[in-house]
Amino acid sequence: MSGAAVIAAADVSKAFGRSVVLRDVTLRIGVGEAVAVFGPNGAGKSTMLRLFAGLMAPSGGRLRTFGVAGPDATVRRRIGLVAHQSFLYPDLTARENLLFYARMFDLPDAVERVRLWLDRVALAEAGARPVRLFSRGMEQRLALARALIHDPALVLLDEPWTGLDAASADWLAERLCELRDRGRTVVVATHDFERGLGVATRALIVHRGRVAWDGGLPTVATLEEAYRRITEAAAA
Amino acid sequence: MSAAWRILHKDLVLELRTREALSGLIVLMLLILLTFTFAMDPEGAGEAAPAVQWVTFVFAGLMAIQRAFLLERENGAWYGLLLCPIDRGAIFVAKMASNVIVLGLAQLVLVALLALLLGAPALAAPAAVLLVNFLGLIGFAALATLFAAISVRLRAREMMLPLLVLPLLVPLVICAVEASRVVMNGGSLASAGAWLRVLATFDVIFSVAGWMIFEQLVQE
Repeated sequence: MSGAAVIAAADVSKAFGRSVVLRDVTLRIGVGEAVAVFGPNGAGKSTMLRLFAGLMAPSGGRLRTFGVAGPDATVRRRIGLVAHQSFLYPDLTARENLLFYARMFDLPDAVERVRLWLDRVALAEAGARPVRLFSRGMEQRLALARALIHDPALVLLDEPWTGLDAASADWLAERLCELRDRGRTVVVATHDFERGLGVATRALIVHRGRVAWDGGLPTVATLEEAYRRITEAAAA
Repeated sequence: MSAAWRILHKDLVLELRTREALSGLIVLMLLILLTFTFAMDPEGAGEAAPAVQWVTFVFAGLMAIQRAFLLERENGAWYGLLLCPIDRGAIFVAKMASNVIVLGLAQLVLVALLALLLGAPALAAPAAVLLVNFLGLIGFAALATLFAAISVRLRAREMMLPLLVLPLLVPLVICAVEASRVVMNGGSLASAGAWLRVLATFDVIFSVAGWMIFEQLVQE
């Protein structure tokens, strides 16, 4: 672990009614760490990311993001989230979507940044098209631009490779490595061991709402073995 | 307030582009009004016009008011909004304002249709009618926007919104109907003063309460 804590969770739990999704999660993620979170469907990965983003409040325990419990506007300014859904308006064009979010973040050079990001995600020529007409890959690239346009210090990604073709997935992995190399804190939840470990400096396995494994940066084989052991032990 | 303006601007651009809320609302109002027209004795129709107007407005409005939040649900844009570094009360202000604009336009059409179909003297004192309608509109939009934000997350939202809101709207509807009756029958605003004061109080309470509690309301 390096530097100050971007995320500090102590015994954090989250329940929806009677259904407990996260239990006693204790975790510290430092500045500049790139953490890959693995786990089967329903393990609690998405809920964990939403808690970190401040989209929901924990049911129990203490969670601090950038030292603040219950992220306020100042903290939200430092967070970028790429989730299953793109958070984009289908009837607005790509440019209008980015401009809307840039202005919501009060970016002084909003128009220029939008142009830059459309270029960066290779959507400059599609900038005037409504998002409704985009392919899954194009929408995912635009969602990444939407999440990064304000240059957040903490980038949270929930299964960002889902539905992407190989070229788009490689492109996304490269962008995440760039973020990591620029010292941004990255947390990526994924089922893809190879791509996740390719980006990460640390790996976690979440199972049945608990952090079941937190073991530095393993090889793919070691991670697979640990993953199989945890999920099979639970099944038995 | 700049955040509220940006959200409102985005909502209005989307509405101008799709015209889903306004066109649906006006057609629904016309259908409800036509049903009343055929069901009522023509001689008593003018007398019943204020009640017909507000019942039509409330039921059609409840169908339309969730649109402001539903357009945020597609692609999860709602969460994108919540992640923005803004006072979340600004979202309420923007959604309420967008509902006021769409419902206000529909209300103007409704008043004209009332005059046309029921022979209501809705245009006898246009300024007074406009004021009563505006006060009723603000209260309705404030309360319904607040509850639409709650119900839009529920599975049976189309059913839940009227169940939650209609009981609370009773005072507003009574005051709006009575105030409309007074001004449509040629009475002065002063003679409708008591109803107007209750309407204005209702407006202030639910507008301010919505803005203040919205942050807690949207936290999951």
